[in-house]
Amino acid sequence: MTSFVKSPNSPSGQPMVDAAGVHKRFGGLHVLRGIDLTVRTGEVVCVIGPSGSGKTTFLRCINHLEQITGGRLYVDGVLMGYRERGDKLHELHPREAARQRRDIGMVFQHFNLFPHMTALQNVVEAPIRVQKMRKDDALAAGRQLLARVGLGDKEDTYPAQLSGGQQQRVAIARALAMKPKLMLFDEPTSALDPELIGEVLDVMKQLANDGMTMVVVTHEVGFAREVGDKLVFMDGGVVVESGKPADVLSRPQQERTKAFLSKVL
Amino acid sequence: MVGLLGLFVYGATTNERYHWDTYRKYLFDVRISQGAWVTIQLTFWAMVLGIGLGTALAVMRLSGNPVLSGVAWIYLWIFRGTPVYLQLVFWGLFTSLYPHMRFGIPWGPAFVHFDVQYVDAAFFFACLGLGLNEAGYMAEIVRAGILSVGEGQSDAATALGMSWGLTMRRIVLPQAMRVIIPPTGNEVISMLKTTSLVVAVPLGSDLYNQQHQIAGVIFQPIPLLLVAGTWYLAITSVLMVGQHFFEKRFARGASRKMTPRQLRALAEELGKQGGGGP
Ligand SMILES: Nc1ncnc2c1ncn2[C@@H]1O[C@H](COP(=O)(O)OP(=O)(O)OP(=O)(O)O)[C@@H](O)[C@H]1O
Ligand SMILES: [Mg+2]
Repeated sequence: MTSFVKSPNSPSGQPMVDAAGVHKRFGGLHVLRGIDLTVRTGEVVCVIGPSGSGKTTFLRCINHLEQITGGRLYVDGVLMGYRERGDKLHELHPREAARQRRDIGMVFQHFNLFPHMTALQNVVEAPIRVQKMRKDDALAAGRQLLARVGLGDKEDTYPAQLSGGQQQRVAIARALAMKPKLMLFDEPTSALDPELIGEVLDVMKQLANDGMTMVVVTHEVGFAREVGDKLVFMDGGVVVESGKPADVLSRPQQERTKAFLSKVL
Repeated sequence: MVGLLGLFVYGATTNERYHWDTYRKYLFDVRISQGAWVTIQLTFWAMVLGIGLGTALAVMRLSGNPVLSGVAWIYLWIFRGTPVYLQLVFWGLFTSLYPHMRFGIPWGPAFVHFDVQYVDAAFFFACLGLGLNEAGYMAEIVRAGILSVGEGQSDAATALGMSWGLTMRRIVLPQAMRVIIPPTGNEVISMLKTTSLVVAVPLGSDLYNQQHQIAGVIFQPIPLLLVAGTWYLAITSVLMVGQHFFEKRFARGASRKMTPRQLRALAEELGKQGGGGP
């Protein structure tokens, strides 16, 4: 357990994500063992690491799909999932936790589109039901987003009728519809056939160029090198090494990083 | 098989002990059709109560709240562990336990003051008894349906900032429907026949008990059983058509085939493109 960490509040370049000594246990299983990581606004941070190292768990902690069991995690200066009174933490009411999640978009490895809704309905569901946006406005915005991910002609199509790459692009549009300030990607291309990976990465590149703050768990080293501002190598529930992607990839400092990279590169 | 069936039908039509004249006479008798109507109403209200309460119980069991899931568990234990006939007799005796019931603010003005000894009390308790029993079975059907929806679905909804209730209502339950509807159809059809037990309340105005009373007066049970059987079959057939319709409605997005709406749109599109052709 780390000491009290004050919410960083410097006016220029306030971190979008600030994790300090984040721990996560599932019962007896200690998955995250003190993660320290800062993501600045506008930055693209890529996360790599062996299976079971806790990458997914860490992403899920950022938007509080999982409750952290130690340390502090701030998004845009706001402590996630807890209220801090003195040096005691109180769990937030589910409704407030839901409110915190609204401006954090998440894209899953297996897309998780709503299969009973068309592409457009998938995109407008949360803006209409959660943000109480007017239906016409939401539909117009939704159509624009689908066009932006190259699926303007698929609005009436159900997920089962789309290819994996198309489904993932709808999932990205669905997350963007909530106008998030941070996007989390959990291995967005690892369930895709090789020839479909490019179309999803292209959408993500475009998003990065538009200035979106992104945390991307990926094994696409090319993407990390080209788009990433920072590359983080996780193993055993801690950040082993991080730095400029080119540096980490070509001159890893840690033995564990070297061993991992020699296997994936 | 078909030959045997033909032989049986031939034998039945020519055997005068079936009293086909009585069958024809009573098939559209007012008492019978009114009985059928009561049976339909009983089935409807019992299923409304059963599905509504059953869904609530299923959600309670899955809520993760130990008090709620404990209450739901005890409910299922009692209502599935005792015969529905016994429960119906109990609800019939309820009127003697509490002869006057009023719904309203305690000690304030009563909104409804209803004297259970009167007219429709038996019908009310029959619906209640059948519905409460049914809820026990529906709860398990709904629970299986909810569990059939992958966790990724509620993850995605939660990540979009949707509350637990909204996630259930908009994302999980509509998908659970595909698993819930077929066994629920069976429950409706089974309920249609279970209504004949309401004589335990006692309520005697349903289809089965109406035919039983007529048969008792004219001493011809066989033709009246056939009359009632014909009506039950007819209603069941209508219900099966309804079930088919519902299943199709909730299969949206389940297959890669295009929906009629999409096919129409495609046809229009092609029509526009081919507009200049011969
Ligand atoms: N809900 C949970 N309950 C119990 N254990 C869990 C849960 N979620 C994850 N774990 C465990 O936590 C560990 C880390 O899992 P996590 O999914 O974060 O790894 P990962 O780095 O994303 O791996 P992968 O590359 O295979 O996706 C694993 O051992 C996993 O079994
Ligand atoms: Mg993972």
